[in-house]
Amino acid sequence: MTVLNGFAKALALAFALAGLASAPVQAQTGPLRIEITEGVIEPLPFAVPDFIAENGAAADYATGIARVIASDLSGTGLFREIPASAFISGVSNFDAPVQYADWKAINAQALITGAVSLSGDRLVVKFRLFDVFSGQPLGEGLQFGGSPASWRRMAHKVADAAYSRITGEGGYFDSRVVYVSETGPKNDRKKRLAVMDYDGANVQYLTDSNAIVLAPRFSPTGDRIIYTSYESGFPRIYLMDVATVSARALGEQPGTMTFAPRFAPDGRTVVFSLERGGNTDIYAVDTGTGALSQLTNAPSIETAPSYSPDGSKIVFESDRSGTQQLYVMGAGGGEPARISFGEGRYGTPVWSPRGDYIAFTKQNAGRFHIGVMRADGSEERLLTASFLDEGPTWAPNGRVIMFTRETAGEGGAPGLYSVDISGRNLRAVPLDGLASDPAWSPLLP
Amino acid sequence: MTHLSKALLLVAALGLSACNNPDRFADGGFGADGAGGIDSAGLGDPNDPSSLAYFQQAVGDRVFFSVDQSTLSPEARATLTEQARWMNQRPEFAVLIEGHADEQGTREYNLALGARRASAVQEFLISQGVAAGRVRTISYGKERPVEVCSVEECYAKNRRAVTVLSQGLSG
Repeated sequence: MTVLNGFAKALALAFALAGLASAPVQAQTGPLRIEITEGVIEPLPFAVPDFIAENGAAADYATGIARVIASDLSGTGLFREIPASAFISGVSNFDAPVQYADWKAINAQALITGAVSLSGDRLVVKFRLFDVFSGQPLGEGLQFGGSPASWRRMAHKVADAAYSRITGEGGYFDSRVVYVSETGPKNDRKKRLAVMDYDGANVQYLTDSNAIVLAPRFSPTGDRIIYTSYESGFPRIYLMDVATVSARALGEQPGTMTFAPRFAPDGRTVVFSLERGGNTDIYAVDTGTGALSQLTNAPSIETAPSYSPDGSKIVFESDRSGTQQLYVMGAGGGEPARISFGEGRYGTPVWSPRGDYIAFTKQNAGRFHIGVMRADGSEERLLTASFLDEGPTWAPNGRVIMFTRETAGEGGAPGLYSVDISGRNLRAVPLDGLASDPAWSPLLP
Repeated sequence: MTHLSKALLLVAALGLSACNNPDRFADGGFGADGAGGIDSAGLGDPNDPSSLAYFQQAVGDRVFFSVDQSTLSPEARATLTEQARWMNQRPEFAVLIEGHADEQGTREYNLALGARRASAVQEFLISQGVAAGRVRTISYGKERPVEVCSVEECYAKNRRAVTVLSQGLSG
């Protein structure tokens, strides 16, 4: 961060207290240690007046866009919206000078103003971000253009820009999540692949519910999804093209089960588990040539592989020690090093897109947790606890984790939740119906 | 009386349905998601030792496992010995072993664990003279519980391998 304005400074301090700061100073002076019960952050107050409709046809979008921006920012737990009812002055002209005193009086530290125009099939959204207490814009104004159908995406982009400028972190609002939508009773669940905006909006279904589908994951560019399906009657990996929603089986080996696929950062290699004769090992396949290579060779269960963001290493789980634990090996295989040593069982490791943490599921004393640790296993922290939490996936900025939480008993219902890596801000993703196995896309272009 | 209601009565009599669950019999005795290319067949009269109903009820179509284990208990071995005897007298039936896990585990690990359990059963049946080419396996992990409560009583019944028979398997 080159220039720290008043509130950016305040927020940077808040991040530092929460262990969220990316500055190397934090990493060097001591371990990240967050106590959820102490050091409560006062969320930064902001105002987002309805965007100005620059022509009549844009009026349908002006309020909606401001609402999505407010929801994105408030949803992080780092910002608090000041309601319009408290506003002293309105914003009626996008280019008119900001009445800083009026916003300062209601303690709005950040102000987002914007305008929308619609001509033909093109919606244009402009915005500016202001640091009220230092009385100046924070960054330049920006404009986004696109089809009216993508108005929520444009709102997410505005929110991403504001979030990013204020926190110094990358954004994550303009992203999608692929997941498994579930219906029916616990002993007869129907499952289908679905995608949604990160906030649960715009749900679309990618498969019907005739076959069980499990654990979908996006390619690094978000154009393909890889998942496990029982479509053939047996569990197999399928690769789906998002644009055409057409899928093909991958790396088919008769008499085997293939599952737990995940893309390498190169977008070409897929690492997965292959079970033969009751034994599960990790393999990699070139999705272009179909060339297969075996990466582990042990009588134990090796599964849930995930690449480091530079593609040089793979973290996975194995029960070679007697219980599920986490191991790291080279991308080409070789002797793995165990990294989990706490009590309980560790599974579903996923490397952060920033490379600084590995998220995992932990089972201990009859409870499930989502946690994070460094790639060498140090600084383990548990972020959640419940009857059944599992399957973490990282937001594109590596600062928020989404996962499946399932309730107990006959009425047990899986749903999607998110939590930030400090363990704060646990939230249910608002969806109609049951959902599991989320996987976050990269930030959309 | 229909096959379904007959099967349900039998299930109740055998105490396999503590949580009021119609179990797999509601699907004609076969997995709800139809393992590849396998057709269902009539259950027949459970008093007829050559019937599928007899296999399911009198012989027992499933064995159970301890937490996170795929070792066959003495009870499981006894059941599977009887299964193999039945199969060896009826070579026209193809055999599919479904491995399952309880919900206390992560999804992908449980898939692998279910495969281990199915494989343990497969190996035992083959050791009892069942032709290797007749026996296939599939794992459902924790995707297909028969019991839905979240206590050990139900978990114990979900940690299972179920032997599914069908006629005319070509694969």
